[in-house]
Amino acid sequence: MPSRLIRRFVVAAAAAGATLALAQDRPVVVPGAHDALATAGRQAAHIGTLWNLTVAVCTAVFCAILLGLVLSLWRSGRAREDAPADLSSIGRHERGPYLSVLWSVAVSIALLLVLVVASVVTDRALARMSLENAVNIEVTSHQWWWELRYGSDQPSETFTTANELHVPVGRPVVLKLRTDDVIHSLWVPSLAGKKDLITGRTSTMQFRADHAGRYRGQCAEFCGFQHAFMAFEVIADPPDRYDAWVAAQRQPAAEPTDATARRGQEVFLRSACIMCHAIEGTSAGARKGPDLTHLGARTTIAAGTLPNRPAELARWIANPQDFKPGSNMPATTLSSEDMGALVAYLESLK
Amino acid sequence: MKARLLAVSALVAVALAGCYREKREFQSPPETSPTDTARLSAVLPGASAAWKPGSQPSPDRSRYEENAYAVNQGKRLYRWYNCSGCHSNGGGGMGVPLMDEKWLYGHEPRAIYATIVEGRPNGMPAFGGRIPDDQIWQIVAYVRSLSGQLRKDVATSRADALSAAPPENTREKFKPVPDKPASSSQ
Repeated sequence: MPSRLIRRFVVAAAAAGATLALAQDRPVVVPGAHDALATAGRQAAHIGTLWNLTVAVCTAVFCAILLGLVLSLWRSGRAREDAPADLSSIGRHERGPYLSVLWSVAVSIALLLVLVVASVVTDRALARMSLENAVNIEVTSHQWWWELRYGSDQPSETFTTANELHVPVGRPVVLKLRTDDVIHSLWVPSLAGKKDLITGRTSTMQFRADHAGRYRGQCAEFCGFQHAFMAFEVIADPPDRYDAWVAAQRQPAAEPTDATARRGQEVFLRSACIMCHAIEGTSAGARKGPDLTHLGARTTIAAGTLPNRPAELARWIANPQDFKPGSNMPATTLSSEDMGALVAYLESLK
Repeated sequence: MKARLLAVSALVAVALAGCYREKREFQSPPETSPTDTARLSAVLPGASAAWKPGSQPSPDRSRYEENAYAVNQGKRLYRWYNCSGCHSNGGGGMGVPLMDEKWLYGHEPRAIYATIVEGRPNGMPAFGGRIPDDQIWQIVAYVRSLSGQLRKDVATSRADALSAAPPENTREKFKPVPDKPASSSQ
């Protein structure tokens, strides 16, 4: 028996070691906090209050039941091991525990009613958020990344980005949610609840960030191989910084200035990149992959999978299937000079 | 005893065949992307003119034509790369139909591959150097499924968008007519 135990332990340790080694091989970026209790917005605060109330009520009920169990065990009679069974109560009529059952049912109903009312009140509070002066953003989920389109009355002022949702602090945000393929779910626990993105439907989600910061989001509905690597980040900035970011995003990509970046642009325009990606201001206009117009301004690539640094970007372009097996981006074979130029060009797109 | 052994082996074989059909290969084969050969090809109709046997690497049938995942990816790429812009959902429009028995430049996988890589006169652009090799083979497999050339359990059954035609896996298999040089009407 002990030898089997030892063998099991060794196998488990080896598996854990392999998992750790794999995890170290993939530098996974976890930007910001992913914590439903660290609320940073009005909607999340309401949900947090409801959560706290529910936990308090459930804890009280759990403790009361345990207390009752312990008390009843304590008060029941004890017998010695060798004593004969006491059968005297068989013939005696016993009063049922009518009163205690009645009390339990009444208290349960009252507590459940409290939770129902609290839930309705929370729902109403969530719906009552003022949408005056709201920021409208269209979110389209793809396997496995997020497309973000900032609309405007002026067509020239709309722009598209990916995986990093910038919002102004204190202003309500209305997300219009669509999906391009399968069902996904958008979840930023610090700011709001979950909302599914369902094929063929448009849904909306409203939230407001009250504190500046970076908040992690994650797809919360299993959507295929790389569901776990479908993260994104909400970046809540003070209004002036947000406006500056929007003004920068509305600009087309900067023309490459040095020879390396110019060569990088040529490489981009003649390789497979141009079949799926767009860079405003160039002839690349495909909409199947993330918009790369301002790639250099983002902190992560591949939906929060890798940090956006030249070395990681080069490894990603050379073989995305190493990091996200099954993703729709194919490997691109380039000479090391071409790859260096391409990465320099992409990182220059601030 | 023998019968049971046979039955078990048959079951295992069926199960293994199932895995094979569903196997998903994510790593591209080692070949590099095809170079832009558009200007080098002899752009004449007829299979032998533009495509010479042995001039293209022979694809692994099991990886593309007998793999449901590859055909499915081919179907997505067909739409994403706007093949549907000219060929519609196979019925043709500005480009020729792909769901019938007529093949001006050859119906074999390698001939279709060459057509995509090199381009053809009167509108078919050359995609050589633009699309990675294995994606071209996936598109080739899907294009062949349009006229029922693939096995029914490999061809796709569902489309993301509305489609007037029956699903690819219920289509009758067309027998490709012998390739012949196009008449003056083409």
